[in-house]
Amino acid sequence: MDASLFLNAIAAGILLGGFYAAVALGLSIVFGQLDIVNIAHPAFIVAGSYLVFALNGGFGLDPVIAGILLMPIFFAVGVLVYRVYYAAFERTGRESLAGLAFFFGLMFVIEVLFIIFYGVDYRLVEADYIGKQIEIGLVGIPWRMLVPFCAALVMTGAIYLFLSRTFLGRAILAVSQDRLALQLMGADPVKIKQIAFGIGIATAALAGALLIMIGPVEPTIGRLYIGRIFAIIVLGGMGSIPGTLVAALIIGLSESIVTTYIGPSWAPTVAFGFLLITLAVRPQGLFGRL
Amino acid sequence: MKVSGFWIGIVLMLAAGFVLAGVADNQFLFFAGYVILQGLIMAVAWNVLGGFTGYVNFGSAGFFAIGAYTAIALHQFAELPLLVLIVIAGIVCGLIGLGTGYLTLRLRGVYFAIATLAMAIVFESLITNWDYVGGSAGAYVITPAEVPFFDSFIEMMFILMLVLSLICVAVSRYLSMSRMGRGLASIRDDETAAECMGVPTLRLKLISTTVMGVMMGVAGAPFPFFVTYINPLSAFDLLIAVNAIAMPMIGGTAVWFGPVIGALLLGTIQQIVTVTISSELNILIVGAVLIAFVALAPRGIVGLFQDFARKRREGGK
Repeated sequence: MDASLFLNAIAAGILLGGFYAAVALGLSIVFGQLDIVNIAHPAFIVAGSYLVFALNGGFGLDPVIAGILLMPIFFAVGVLVYRVYYAAFERTGRESLAGLAFFFGLMFVIEVLFIIFYGVDYRLVEADYIGKQIEIGLVGIPWRMLVPFCAALVMTGAIYLFLSRTFLGRAILAVSQDRLALQLMGADPVKIKQIAFGIGIATAALAGALLIMIGPVEPTIGRLYIGRIFAIIVLGGMGSIPGTLVAALIIGLSESIVTTYIGPSWAPTVAFGFLLITLAVRPQGLFGRL
Repeated sequence: MKVSGFWIGIVLMLAAGFVLAGVADNQFLFFAGYVILQGLIMAVAWNVLGGFTGYVNFGSAGFFAIGAYTAIALHQFAELPLLVLIVIAGIVCGLIGLGTGYLTLRLRGVYFAIATLAMAIVFESLITNWDYVGGSAGAYVITPAEVPFFDSFIEMMFILMLVLSLICVAVSRYLSMSRMGRGLASIRDDETAAECMGVPTLRLKLISTTVMGVMMGVAGAPFPFFVTYINPLSAFDLLIAVNAIAMPMIGGTAVWFGPVIGALLLGTIQQIVTVTISSELNILIVGAVLIAFVALAPRGIVGLFQDFARKRREGGK
């Protein structure tokens, strides 16, 4: 076995896994903690990519900074989407089937809006470091992977600290554990959920910036991530932030190894293989709460 | 009375199709009609599981594509007649549907929905890597220029689809109106309670997923012959899956004629929009209409009419 090829596959897998953590993080909160099946999450990420593309092209902003600047706007959009979702579905207790269909439709609307405005061409961003790489021994690490990896780790760490250390973060965890008890403590679960949903969507802005750094983006690229994201969340154990990170690394590594040794066209199967096996064997995931 | 009314309707629809085939010579009519009827079968099939039992299948496109690729693979192997291909594709997809049914033992609600989506993508990878049926490059099918009894091949495909969709509607109606239909509805309302009351939930779910699989396979099998070229992207098109969900949701999922109404309405609008404006706008409309209906009219058009009728009745008293 070629050592260089193997080491490069491992390095690429770890970097990819970190990026996947950023992509899955938002839905890990929304689906894992709030039980809201936002399958439109990847579409929000792609929306983030396109807005970053616009900021990068128009003002020459660094993609990561553009992504961070977009986060408050995405937070507001998330709050708005949750208000609609709550009013139409959660309040009436119809969230299961109708809620799923709602997000499915939302995903399509977002995708098509970007097709109409930007066409189906692939778009990419520019920054000084994209295209360069550092060599460590046999392994080459491209900056366009390393920067997303670091940004993803910082964001994941920040969300973890926020959820476990701050009052509001603990309230979000509480809403997922016992809604009624929270209500008896005098807190409004709807308000807390709307903030949590907003945070989940806000992470999509940065994840979108990272997505378009890693490779070119087209409006429907988010579909490729639906399965990965759900696989990561289920494998990580529904809403556990460290679990999400570990699962993302596992899936990133496996995909990278499969891509290197079997072929890139098999890579999408990896995540789903993990998903089906996890659901069948250990539905609570690696770090699961049940 | 009601039963005979239904069968008269079926015969009338069939007769109308044949009259249209005899009279019209605008080939686009048959093309558009085929697409609408294909959507109708998918919608009826989705509703057999999603509407009757409440299990959401996001992987409709997977079943459809397996049907299409079964036909392609057999067509490459031996040039069997189209009807045989449809039957075999139905059986293959029925078996996959049966397998999906066993998934429901462990996976309920959202997990089932995600697992079906996962299955569709796994199938897509398998097909993309299967060179015998063309792999990612796709496969071509040469259709006969002339066919017996019909003016053109496309006309025959339209009549074929009409017959298939009428059969599917009849099966779906039988399922919902028989004793089985009440069992299925009890699963939708409360599966645990249904099981406690002695409803054979697993058997009913297996029947439901199998019927869904067969119908979707049957809808997919003629597709490669209709478009003459097929690749994994077009066969596993997510729009097929969205339509299969949107059409019943718009029509009304609780009754057998809900998806029929939704499919005819949405399918026709889609055809008109695709031709007159653009196919992107067509997708936008599907998404927007789906959101509007699930948010504002959860029981679909059928529900709207029922509410309207009830209000008038109460107003008259």
